[in-house]
Amino acid sequence: MQTRREILSHSAKVAAMLAVAGLLPAAAHAQTTGYNATAFSAKTMAEVMKALGAGAPVESKDVTVTGPDIAENGAVVPIGAATAVPGVKRILLLVEKNPAVLAAMFDVTDAIDANISTRVKMGQSSNVYAVAMMTDGKVLFAQKEVKVTLGGCGG
Amino acid sequence: MADPMRIRAQVAGDKATVRVLMAHEMETGQRKDAAGKTIPAWHIQDVTAQHNGKTVMTAQWGPAVSKNPFLQFNVKGAKAGDKITVSWVDNRGDKRSDEATVS
Repeated sequence: MQTRREILSHSAKVAAMLAVAGLLPAAAHAQTTGYNATAFSAKTMAEVMKALGAGAPVESKDVTVTGPDIAENGAVVPIGAATAVPGVKRILLLVEKNPAVLAAMFDVTDAIDANISTRVKMGQSSNVYAVAMMTDGKVLFAQKEVKVTLGGCGG
Repeated sequence: MADPMRIRAQVAGDKATVRVLMAHEMETGQRKDAAGKTIPAWHIQDVTAQHNGKTVMTAQWGPAVSKNPFLQFNVKGAKAGDKITVSWVDNRGDKRSDEATVS
């Protein structure tokens, strides 16, 4: 007859096996909520990619970044990133001339379109990059220049 | 406890467009107050979106996301009556979670 100790030990072993396989919900959740502070304090796109353990990005027509050509208010600039290619794992939004280049990082599942829009702060006119990290390791990006007129009359 | 988020989810074909407006200062940590002291960074760090209880997107945000963050994305296969839940955790450990029904 199995003792309680044996049953508990058996459950622990099964849980350990599942955790290793990444199937235990709690373990998987712990990984996705680990905030990547290094990536968010990186000062260049290359540093960001290194902090995320990704290769060098390649410019691609399959990624689109949408945003205004001229942003009236640098505190609220609507930016969108999208890619039509399947197999996207992650979408990043970077603002080249911000003190911290990485603005936001989205882990997408195939339950949603790889198409995110949000609003970011831009300290000055700068290039904005949308980077798509694919499940096969490829890293694609697109860029757009956004001019910022902080409180000016435009131009 | 922060102010509630406004979530709108509308079906368009076989997807639902979800728009979220969160209430948060999103302090960058770069500004200084009247006395010259730097105002510490206070911003949302993690965002999770769920469709009928299943996580469909997670995001990590830096302080560069605008104050009162706006977020828009499309959920595939969502139908009217489905539940969309959005939650966030900020760098002080505050959190907020709100739910909306797809219409």
